[in-house]
Amino acid sequence: MRRLGAILGQPGEARAVWPLLALALILAVDGVLTPGFFTVRVVEGHLFGSLIDVVYRAMPTAVVALGMAVVIGTKGIDLSVGAVIAICGAVITWRLHMGDPPVLVLAAALAAGLLCGLWNGLLVALLDIQPIVATLILMVSGRGIAQMIDLLYGGTDPSFTSDFFAALSTGHLAMLPSRLFLGAGIFALLWLLMRRTAFGLFIEAVGGNAAAADLAGINARAIKLAAYLVSGLCAGFSGVVITADTHTSDPVSAGLYIELDAILAVVIGGGSLAGGRVYLGLTVLGALVIQCLTTSILMSGVPPEYNLVVKAVVVLIVLLMQSRKLRVLMARAFSSPGAGSP
Amino acid sequence: MKDRYLPLAATVFVFAALFLSGGAMFKHFLSTLVLGDLLADNAFIIIAAIGATFVIISGGIDLSIGSTIGFVGVVMAHLVSQGWHPLAAGAAMIAFGAVYGGCVGWLIDACEIQPFIITLAGLFLLRGACFMVSLDSVPIQHPFVDAFAGWRIPLPGDGFLASSAVVMLLALAGGVVIAHFTRFGTNVYAIGGDPASARLMGVPIRRTTMMVYALGGFYSALAGVIYALYTASGYPLAASGVELDAIAAVVLGGTLLTGGVGLVVGTLFGGLILGLISTIIDFDGSLTSAWARVIVGVLLLVFILAQRMIVGSLMHRRAS
Repeated sequence: MRRLGAILGQPGEARAVWPLLALALILAVDGVLTPGFFTVRVVEGHLFGSLIDVVYRAMPTAVVALGMAVVIGTKGIDLSVGAVIAICGAVITWRLHMGDPPVLVLAAALAAGLLCGLWNGLLVALLDIQPIVATLILMVSGRGIAQMIDLLYGGTDPSFTSDFFAALSTGHLAMLPSRLFLGAGIFALLWLLMRRTAFGLFIEAVGGNAAAADLAGINARAIKLAAYLVSGLCAGFSGVVITADTHTSDPVSAGLYIELDAILAVVIGGGSLAGGRVYLGLTVLGALVIQCLTTSILMSGVPPEYNLVVKAVVVLIVLLMQSRKLRVLMARAFSSPGAGSP
Repeated sequence: MKDRYLPLAATVFVFAALFLSGGAMFKHFLSTLVLGDLLADNAFIIIAAIGATFVIISGGIDLSIGSTIGFVGVVMAHLVSQGWHPLAAGAAMIAFGAVYGGCVGWLIDACEIQPFIITLAGLFLLRGACFMVSLDSVPIQHPFVDAFAGWRIPLPGDGFLASSAVVMLLALAGGVVIAHFTRFGTNVYAIGGDPASARLMGVPIRRTTMMVYALGGFYSALAGVIYALYTASGYPLAASGVELDAIAAVVLGGTLLTGGVGLVVGTLFGGLILGLISTIIDFDGSLTSAWARVIVGVLLLVFILAQRMIVGSLMHRRAS
């Protein structure tokens, strides 16, 4: 019993354990409930199966969550990512209706994402507005802006067809969905930026203690601004994939609640809203846990109305497992009195 | 301490300016009828926002307001269809809201889970619970509901104060008393301003946190009951996203999301400003919901910037 107490008490070193454990548990339940959950077949030259489907559907959330992880690393938060996705969708549809070449349209959509990030970053870094309020402004008004952009081309027919965008989002490359390569590319670039340049160190320094980082010669304002630019760009990429998937601009419901899933992914991956740490790999793992859970509930035959409740309960369990204070309490309860006190 | 009332003055000024400009634009706008409708239509948002004001002053946040309203409505409709009196069902749901909030408060303090995340889980949990109770809109049919809808206080002019508006004003009065005339209220400001100092001064953090979220749950559930009575139905998707309206109302009312600073009365005017914007857009007819969203965003920005200047100078003075 004392050993159990010790394990519960000091898991700080292996923080990947908890999200991995959650994912493994969900997958194990799937394997039992749904025969053939792990089979991956080749259909018409593409890999096909539940696992591929989970990764495929998790990609837009995971990309948003990566940007969110960087922002949360600076002790910030970005509530506007869903609205940014809506704006990107409107920009794509507008420019395609104007007859721009697809590459320019893609550039315009990503530029719109960057512009939104710049706006958030200026409010947070220059005007010192609390991140949750600063990004609330764009969250509230962003979908309105997207509706106005849709009016630029009349807004009567918000659908479009584009082989270029379809290839980016729903197409295939080397038997795998093409968006997985896009996601992997974004992850690799961000990982290089965070772990092979000083940027990651600066982000965590600013999040850990902005005043101390400033005294140490780090331009905290510039770093915060850069974090929101990264988040805006990631939301832009996600917006491209989501919009290309639905072939339409939907300002009201495109990316709705994605900010909540993205924040959850970061937290399940062990990131703290108190800032100072960025775990890119674990964030992707967090996004996979969320999507795996959703897919499992849909496949397991549980009525879909139970989806949200199960999701909430699993999230609660993961949160409680990660709660250091609760682990200490439990470790104390498990170990014999007198011997367990640190 | 006059600075404390500056944000409130700004909020009241914007409300008056919006109301008067509405009057300049449209005939029959400046009437007690419009004012009474404004109070009645936004009663549930303002009631929920009063609870959110306490939570935000304590330095926390509550994202589960909209889900609580939806859940309370659906369960109430279900209970009434089982033969409960709406008042008994409402009281049970309000008790549920307070107990639920207390549990959330315990989790936040005892397990050190961030309020944003735990109330986000609450958002999913209660909305999911709505769907488990019913997938469709359930009507609430009871003589009391008709009586509630029919009961009103006439105002000078054509207007009247509907029962939901009366409940809202009573809830507001209760909130003001709790915030400014009880030890608990002072404790809320203390832990929102500086939790470490509050702990050193002997403020019971655990109990205060639990009571803050219990109060938030109480007001959210009351808002749900009023919403259910006002619409005479329980709908599982009701009040989606109302937590954002409530937070916006609190911010427009001059309360700082950093905690420790704010007035409950300000939230009333913050909520009324939000309601007024949609009323003006309804009157106009040519403006779309896109404009409502953008105008609310711009107003939020202007308010936050104005507050920054006021509070910035205050903090600066206090720090030096």
